[in-house]
Amino acid sequence: MERSLIELSHISKSFDGTMVLDDLELSVRENSFVTLLGPSGCGKTTTLRIIGGFEKPDAGRVVFDGMDITGLPPNKRQVNTVFQKYALFSHMNVEENIAFGLKIKNKPKAYIADKIKYSLKLVNLDGFEKRGVASLSGGQQQRVAIARAIVNEPRVLLLDEPLGALDLKLRQDMQYELIRLKNELGITFIYVTHDQEEALTMSDTIVVMNQGYIQQMGSPEQIYNEPENAFVADFIGESNILDACMVRDELVKIFGVNFPCVDVGFAPNCPVDAVIRPEDIVLVEPENGQITGTCTHLIFKGVHYEMEVTGENGFEWLVHSTTFCPVGEKVGIRVDPFNIQIMNKPASVDEEAVGVEE
Amino acid sequence: MGKKLLAGPYLLWMVAFTVIPLALIVYYGFTGVGGGFTLANVAAIARPEHSKALVLSLALSMVSTVCCLVLAYPLAMVLRGRGIGKGSFIVFIFILPMWMNFLLRTMAWQTLLEKNGVINAFLGFFGLPKLQIMNTPAAIVLGMVYNFLPFMVLPIYNVLAKIDDDTINAAADLGANFFQTLLRVWFPLSLPGVISGITMVFVPSLTTFVISNLLGGSKILLIGNVIEQEFTKSGNWHMGSGLSMVLMVFIMASMLLLAKYDRGGEGTTF
Amino acid sequence: MGQRILRWVENFYLFFILLFLYIPMATLMVLSFNTSKARNQWGGFTLGWYLKMFDSRAISQALYNTLMIAFLSALIATVLGTLAAIGIDKMRRLPKNVYMGVSDIPMLNAEIVTGISLMLVFIAFGVSLGFHTVLISHITFNVPYVILSVAPKLKQTSQTTYEAAMDLGAPPIRAFFQVVLPDIMPGVLSGFLLAFTLSLDDFIITHFTKGAGVNTLSTLIYSEVRRGISPSMYALSTVIFVVVFVLLLASNFLPKKKEA
Repeated sequence: MERSLIELSHISKSFDGTMVLDDLELSVRENSFVTLLGPSGCGKTTTLRIIGGFEKPDAGRVVFDGMDITGLPPNKRQVNTVFQKYALFSHMNVEENIAFGLKIKNKPKAYIADKIKYSLKLVNLDGFEKRGVASLSGGQQQRVAIARAIVNEPRVLLLDEPLGALDLKLRQDMQYELIRLKNELGITFIYVTHDQEEALTMSDTIVVMNQGYIQQMGSPEQIYNEPENAFVADFIGESNILDACMVRDELVKIFGVNFPCVDVGFAPNCPVDAVIRPEDIVLVEPENGQITGTCTHLIFKGVHYEMEVTGENGFEWLVHSTTFCPVGEKVGIRVDPFNIQIMNKPASVDEEAVGVEE
Repeated sequence: MGKKLLAGPYLLWMVAFTVIPLALIVYYGFTGVGGGFTLANVAAIARPEHSKALVLSLALSMVSTVCCLVLAYPLAMVLRGRGIGKGSFIVFIFILPMWMNFLLRTMAWQTLLEKNGVINAFLGFFGLPKLQIMNTPAAIVLGMVYNFLPFMVLPIYNVLAKIDDDTINAAADLGANFFQTLLRVWFPLSLPGVISGITMVFVPSLTTFVISNLLGGSKILLIGNVIEQEFTKSGNWHMGSGLSMVLMVFIMASMLLLAKYDRGGEGTTF
Repeated sequence: MGQRILRWVENFYLFFILLFLYIPMATLMVLSFNTSKARNQWGGFTLGWYLKMFDSRAISQALYNTLMIAFLSALIATVLGTLAAIGIDKMRRLPKNVYMGVSDIPMLNAEIVTGISLMLVFIAFGVSLGFHTVLISHITFNVPYVILSVAPKLKQTSQTTYEAAMDLGAPPIRAFFQVVLPDIMPGVLSGFLLAFTLSLDDFIITHFTKGAGVNTLSTLIYSEVRRGISPSMYALSTVIFVVVFVLLLASNFLPKKKEA
């Protein structure tokens, strides 16, 4: 279970002189659901296409189950891909699309028929065998693309933003379907998306990427609760990123006020970034607050109110709270120590990342 | 509502210069010199000199169509792979020759192919045997391929250029090698382009009289030459129209055949 | 390794095809500098044919006819074809298919049959053959190509832009000229250019509809085939070719003002 199935080592790739991936290291465990998450142009799709064999890295090795497959063409790899725009064969019907890979491998007719039936059931498209792909909706085409890939029993399924073209409701349904599929098939999924909610919902492991570098890799909880740098904090959910300064272990100074926290190991007076999630801010009476401010903006969001509280120094705090506070009223802000996440100021990773742009 | 009327002027034009002219051909084709109804003009295709010309035309046009397809398909694939189509470079390259007169270009092949022509001088220089194809059917086929190749390349290229890279990647992803992908994905997807390319090469090849005149000498007659002579030399419009109708039947038959194959292709299981 | 070989084979193939397409033209260009009138003999270099290009009244008259017919037929065909394309776009399926079916006939039919049938109609209705009959014939075979290049652009221009223009207060005619026409302009222009080119290169249909005494470059060349073509003709074609080549090159590869 725990051994790694795919190892990318020292992968670099550039297109027309623009560096897309720089010395990337990634290892994917067998049977995991790994999501490559990042804004467009971060190199996530290129990484996936290198695993699929559609791009050759300029440098580095791709190792699959202990074997170097860097130079192996896609048709010889034990992985299958669900493409971004599905890439169904428009001259074939649903059944022929699904049978394509099996016919190439000269599987017996009865076996192919069984597989088609089984896979269509799995993606909830029973009875669609003879339909033309052009007559299907986006969601249905999506399912055919998945069925076409999984009948080949790949050890890894690569999914390139497969839900990008679907509407919100369908996207949420498909997220659950994909988790179910993954559990039923018991294979490894590598999933590419720019949607943080998708990533948090489905993955065992999230790999946050930006400008060709891996910014952070970890479980959804780790990524959300303990972002390692401002980019991750900002990209995953909303957050208040504050200029701060460590006073000593477990005490950080934000806007001149000392806040107890749980982080240790920073040098005294070391400038840091403090991340506080909007839902972790507790609104209290002004006299009980660690910091006070005035509510300047209020929107009802259903589950909570989304508020902007402007502090005395002019900083606008983003607050999600069920406590109602009318615009113009003074409030106090409190944050529990374990809800403050201290990060080093961008030194290495981000500076490199910025350097790539030049 | 009123916008439909904009199609009116050309509708009148079509009636005057497409429909009535064709009706006249049918009229002349089915009447004798005296004026009465007759099938003789159409039946005249059975005369040995006519049927020989028709059979030769069919044979040469099929050969040249196949040659064009064999040359054009890989060419279109190479051009697509290079992404040269961005901008109108492809059209540029293939339309440009049309600005030098078609007759002059075809005649230039006389200079190139002649017994003491450029190509033979070149072959002789390397000690290779001389080509003696001037005034043979081979020269006519070469002229057809030369003139009509762009009409095969452009439609195939246009269809190939629209095929999404990921569709091809998907075939490889599912285990297909280059030839399997070519046979099961490239070719069926590009069939509409191939069909229109075939029509655009076959019809002008079948009906030409100029290329055979310039490169085939006066001995080789194609059906186009026969019809042309009926109008310009013999002055027998009835015979010429009758033979034209036979020619049109062959054109329509070829188009129907191709259209049927095209539609059949959509649902074919490979 | 394999990739490099493949690339090499591809380059060789491209070169071979381009050679095949352009070698006759190179031949003509070389012949235009040939002192000898014979096509298969090199008699030394001369620029004489270029100087004598317009000495022959026949050649200059034919050039004038060719360009006039190409320009007028392309212009009229573009107007007719664009109007027709807009009209067709609004038609229901059946009338549309019938209309397009008839319209496509001159494009799909054998040129020789189109030429003969037009000749028959002119003679049957007592129209004497000449410049005007050639012009009418060229318009006839040009319109389908214009429709072919305008119709797809119309399909891309959604009905909504036209409606939006009217919603903002533009009367229909103005909405058409200010919104729809600029949208389909690339199709209209390429239709015009295609029509012009086809007319210029046509021989067969002109051959049947021109009557005695009127010549285009094509028919003049054809009549000279047997007794030998004046190398001035090669010189003239070389000049036309070079001019067009430069113009097309400029329009294709100069930086465009408007980015599409």
